[in-house]
Amino acid sequence: MPGAKNGNGRVQIRKTYKLYIAGEFVRSESGRAYRFDGSVNVPRGSRKDLRDAVRAARGAVSGWAARTAMNRGQILYRAAEMLDGRRAQFVELLGSGRGAHKEVDEAVEALVWYAGWTDKLAQVIGATNPVAGPYFNFTIPEPTGVVGVVAPGKPALAGLVRRVAPALCAGNAVVVLAPEATPLPALTLAEVLATSDLPAGVANVLSGYRKELLPWLASHMDVNAIDVAGCTPAEVIDIEKAAADNVKRVVKLAPNEMSPYLITAFMEMKTVWHPVGV
Amino acid sequence: MWDMATALSLSHLGSLMRGVRSVDEVGADERAASLAKRSIKKSSKLWALDLAIRCMDLTTLEGSDTPGKVAALCAKGIRPKPGDASIPSVAAICIYPARIADAKAHLRGSSVRVASVATAFPSGQSFTSIKIAEAKEAVEAGADEVDMVIDRGAFLSGDHEKVYDEIVAVKEACGPADLKVILETGELGTYDSVRRASILAMAAGADFIKTSTGKVQPAATLPVSLVMMEAIRDFVRETGRPVGFKPAGGIRTSKQAIAYLVVLYETLGADWMTPERFRLGASTLLNDVLMQIEKERTGAYQSGDYFTID
Repeated sequence: MPGAKNGNGRVQIRKTYKLYIAGEFVRSESGRAYRFDGSVNVPRGSRKDLRDAVRAARGAVSGWAARTAMNRGQILYRAAEMLDGRRAQFVELLGSGRGAHKEVDEAVEALVWYAGWTDKLAQVIGATNPVAGPYFNFTIPEPTGVVGVVAPGKPALAGLVRRVAPALCAGNAVVVLAPEATPLPALTLAEVLATSDLPAGVANVLSGYRKELLPWLASHMDVNAIDVAGCTPAEVIDIEKAAADNVKRVVKLAPNEMSPYLITAFMEMKTVWHPVGV
Repeated sequence: MWDMATALSLSHLGSLMRGVRSVDEVGADERAASLAKRSIKKSSKLWALDLAIRCMDLTTLEGSDTPGKVAALCAKGIRPKPGDASIPSVAAICIYPARIADAKAHLRGSSVRVASVATAFPSGQSFTSIKIAEAKEAVEAGADEVDMVIDRGAFLSGDHEKVYDEIVAVKEACGPADLKVILETGELGTYDSVRRASILAMAAGADFIKTSTGKVQPAATLPVSLVMMEAIRDFVRETGRPVGFKPAGGIRTSKQAIAYLVVLYETLGADWMTPERFRLGASTLLNDVLMQIEKERTGAYQSGDYFTID
């Protein structure tokens, strides 16, 4: 409402929600917006925004994967700190009830939990393999690359964080499609990630109509995995068909699950045969 | 307007240069920016991308170039996408003189020409006799086209005659080979200088005028290209001799390439939309063009993983 006052009598400053692409907050290149509940304009991202986001992610992934595991852990931990610092804002976005407080707690805890996993994963998941030959044979997990995350509508914040944190923990770059009907927690989470020392492009958040973005994400040859937590069964079928062209990983796990295997779902296992005793 | 024929018949370079009108800088920037916004889609885009490949001078100009690198580049130039004969060959492979023999051997039997830089590329700061000898040797080694640089030091200090005489001498040394004259617009400073250098090079006998070496920033820009194309248009009106244009350096995306084609069409017309009169100097553009073509054909955004590394 124009001219509306806040509690202190100051004219209210209305917020313009933006997409988060390549470390910048931008409007959709299409200039479009939509109102998911009639109250606030949210950018209606186009397939070109998606293309730009994937390009940014591809550019960022090698640098992010090359960071030390400890550094990735520090940055995820800082994301938890930043999220906790904005608790009031997220609680309001999530409806202000007891459930909202609980959900923010869950999101912060998920970030801390996965922050701890960054430098432990290779020991737990990796292996040295007994082979019948003069080789030291070992297996290490490596990030798969660019991961698309279709965020679940509920829980809008904790569900998203539980998908994004393991993908980032593994060393991937992510492109998030915010839920169409509840995009604000995802768009606000972008502000958390932007102040957590994540290198530009490692995390990208798009809002918009799912039907305008999802087919392009699913068929994009430069996307290596797609998490379909927020998709209907019918959408998953279409995604799997489109994903076949470049053999994308289609990750289908329960939205609330927390497990190191969620991290490896976004990783490739590399086995090395190293000659010894020659 | 200057009168070309009179100026040359009097061999009066000074009056030729004085007659070159100045360039409206703001206007050139505006026009280039507005033409760059034009949207080319679907079948028109495919046509433009096909033309961009046919007009491409696929380039490698590194101190680390080896015969193997040149061989790979030649293979890519002849058949940009292995297994897909619908993608045309590029116009030429652009290399250093020492690599001409390698390129010649690998391009035998194909339509791809060998273009060699010469005349103390990229600075042009050497003795005239050496520059002429280099161009001559390049042609003898098999270069179909020679890309020479002008002596910017002489041009900027006002010694137009030296620049002119050198171009004339190198043109003569080239014999049957086409001569492209690199102005290195990034070092010329103003659009007025670019226009003057363009007219000077064309009057001296250039078959093509080319923006940049690719070794200096800024390299090719759209407004500078517009200024050079307008100089070509005016030169053709005066003399009737068509001169080609080659932007080079910094052209990496299909979008940029298409913007150059739009400016070309709007300034020089359809007659220039052929490899005989237009070239795009580029080293990394080709993969992006191939990816855009594939995107138009399949409807899916593409990944560098599925295209050859250059």
